[in-house]
Amino acid sequence: MKNTIASRIADFLKNYPPFNLLQKEDLLSISKNVKVKYLEKGKTLFAEGDTGHKRFYVVNKGAVSLERINNDKRETIDKCDEGDIFGLRPLFAKENYLINAIADEETVLYAIPIKKFKPLSEKNKEVGSFLIQSFASNTRNPYAEAHKGKLISEKEPEENQFQPNNNLFELQPAPVTRKVIMASPETTIKKAAQLMRRKKVGSVLIVEENTPKGIVTDEDFRNMVATGVFSIETPISKIMSSPVICYPRGITIAQAQLTMMKHHINHVCITEDGTPNTKVVGVVSEHDIMVSEGHNPSVLMKAIQRSSSTNELKKIRHKITLLLKGFLASNIPLNHISKIIFELNDATIKRIIERCIKKLPTPPPCDFTWIALGSQARKEQLLQTDQDNALIFEEVPQEKLEETRAYFLELSRKVNKRLNIIGYEYCPAEMMAKNPNYCLSLQEWKQQFTNWIVDPGNDEILLCSIFFDFDISYGNIKLSNELANHIFSLTQNNKKFYSVMGATTLRNPSPLGFFRQFLVEQNGENKDFFDIKKRAITPITDAARLLILQHQVRNISNTAERFEKLAQLEPNNKDLFLACAYASKVLIKFRTKQGLKNRNSGRYIDLENLSKEEKIKLKRCFKSIRQVQELIKFRFEVTPYT
Amino acid sequence: MLNIFKNKREDFPDFWKKYEAKFQEKPSKEIEHTRFVVFDTETTGFDLIKDRMLCIGAVGITNKSIDVADGFEEYISQETFNPKTVKIHGIIQNERIETLQEEEAVKAFLKYIGNSVLVAHHAGFDIGMLNQALARMGLPKLKNKVLDTVKLYRGTRIISNLINRERNYSLDEIAETYHIDIKDRHTAAGDAFITAVAFITILGKLNTDNKLKLKKLFRY
Repeated sequence: MKNTIASRIADFLKNYPPFNLLQKEDLLSISKNVKVKYLEKGKTLFAEGDTGHKRFYVVNKGAVSLERINNDKRETIDKCDEGDIFGLRPLFAKENYLINAIADEETVLYAIPIKKFKPLSEKNKEVGSFLIQSFASNTRNPYAEAHKGKLISEKEPEENQFQPNNNLFELQPAPVTRKVIMASPETTIKKAAQLMRRKKVGSVLIVEENTPKGIVTDEDFRNMVATGVFSIETPISKIMSSPVICYPRGITIAQAQLTMMKHHINHVCITEDGTPNTKVVGVVSEHDIMVSEGHNPSVLMKAIQRSSSTNELKKIRHKITLLLKGFLASNIPLNHISKIIFELNDATIKRIIERCIKKLPTPPPCDFTWIALGSQARKEQLLQTDQDNALIFEEVPQEKLEETRAYFLELSRKVNKRLNIIGYEYCPAEMMAKNPNYCLSLQEWKQQFTNWIVDPGNDEILLCSIFFDFDISYGNIKLSNELANHIFSLTQNNKKFYSVMGATTLRNPSPLGFFRQFLVEQNGENKDFFDIKKRAITPITDAARLLILQHQVRNISNTAERFEKLAQLEPNNKDLFLACAYASKVLIKFRTKQGLKNRNSGRYIDLENLSKEEKIKLKRCFKSIRQVQELIKFRFEVTPYT
Repeated sequence: MLNIFKNKREDFPDFWKKYEAKFQEKPSKEIEHTRFVVFDTETTGFDLIKDRMLCIGAVGITNKSIDVADGFEEYISQETFNPKTVKIHGIIQNERIETLQEEEAVKAFLKYIGNSVLVAHHAGFDIGMLNQALARMGLPKLKNKVLDTVKLYRGTRIISNLINRERNYSLDEIAETYHIDIKDRHTAAGDAFITAVAFITILGKLNTDNKLKLKKLFRY
């Protein structure tokens, strides 16, 4: 019987060890017995002490964290993503699991039956040794070091295993990049420079039959080519530094750093036996060491700009989260944190768009602007939340309109999909550029805003409040500026609009009840939790938007900055506005900390877990919200509506 | 005592009686203990009366896991042939692939599904196709409970005036949202597998309070 499903599963597995080592028939027979499992984010697949399952697991989509509880603290031992295997203990021993496997994000797993697989791993030595290796790396069993075999070197850089802020960081093995940019000694200087430019690297390794002969860096080009000493048609070997400093595998970070300092170099070459006479295994670069430390924004920025796959970006995103945790732990001011995180998010979006344009068969038919909406635009997005975005393209003749839109919709689909892969959930209200309603020409956008502003119903105001906070992510700034002009001309002195918008701003009353108790959710799945977004962040954001719009101030979309500007514009309300600016920062920081702690959006807060001090701090913020709401009520002559 | 109904039932062939008998068992109320069969049919076209099934592909789900070993994939030889749909599913008449007569395939499928809950994308069409085939064999309609992934997927969308919840989401759209590979699209088994992955994902999404019951799924 034909088995389409099994062959499709085999098609996936054959790309990853140890399955790539199996005979085709064996792989197919394993695939026929696979079970496919879905795990929700945060779900535990097995916990410490559970009896071993009859299957081990391969990640098909998503990511799984392997964790151990140590002195009441969760410690991540390993992170498995696409193609990684885990849950191997039952394959080796009839013991209970010693670690917890928890879905880090939504995950689809292929479960491989141990009974079927075991005979194959016993028959095929390579398979067996790979499994032992993986088992050791999953569990950090020091004994297994002795088994260090050939296969481990085929795994991608082991950077994930690094534990940032670990005191022993320097003594861990240095991250080795296995994809080394190489050229032969006969290559011309010009060709080598083109290669480096294409790969966006600062150095190239010169090899002969895979053994390192020399290395050329940007500096060599400056000193020996730009000065006119050598022409660009000269073989690269004339300008290379030689011999290359080589080390065997397993060099520690401290060792690598010392060597680099001693020789004034940025790269150490890793060869099979640590001499220049054997084959190149990889390169340790100063850059990668810094990236693996995970707390250097400029290095992360460079890594984003150089990234050549969505998966790579996803790994960088994990590091940004680590960076954020570090910032919050060391109590760095929120202004500073938001700006850095915003820049990194922004660079990520730009990089994705850049790469997606290249993937399309033709360049964009006309100018366009990708705009971020909502929290990313307000530079208030610290945790990864939903993606809200839209696209404006230049005016094109009517007969070209749909063709042009089709191009940008295709582009947007690609971009939205990749943003989703790296962790930005799809907007549940479909407010994304791939939605034909939000991928419009400048003229259509103007018309859209005219409709919303001239006849503002509840839905229209909601859309306005989302679209008024926009920020250009990519493309021609003229388009977004022109749209902003249009919006200001429509809203200027438009009493009706302000009044409706004022009423919406007040739709979420001050979060404190009559007895100065927190208002908690009355029903639904978050019953009895405090919704910090709905009850505190949204009201204060809405208030800032409305007030700043009335002053016709553009290009400030951050809530705290808006209030600071308002304090300048209205000296008589200075104290209130500064208090609001402060409140906005406190609330966002609060939400971010909650989110990091609970691995979620941080939106719903369990009041019982708050300290007295935290509660007082929150209540102080709420007081400012109430005061600014009263000011709005008065200023815009809002008639309460229900 | 023999009543009228019993007499009537005895006219049916053995395989149907066996199938029917399975519905005497009391079904479980828990999703974990229910066997779902996610299936898809490839047909010569979209006309329930004129068109015919060319292939049935299916895969079973128990305890929220898709069990590849519990699969079904049969190709059917048909006299009716519609050159227009060949380019969609690539099954050309008399292509050298092992085929069964329609009756045999339906018989095997009934045995395979038993009293499981059937799941399909735009389920109405596939169920209709099967029921037509049953009618040609002089048999009544399928007795299984049915879930439609289009309806379930709608249930995962938020309620907002800004989106049209009544839209008919295609399998491609759902696959894109959930990042399911769409290789083997338009082979019955391939589509059944995509639908199955979508189905377990949707179950996860709907299970917000960890108390999702089977009963609730039928309300979407």
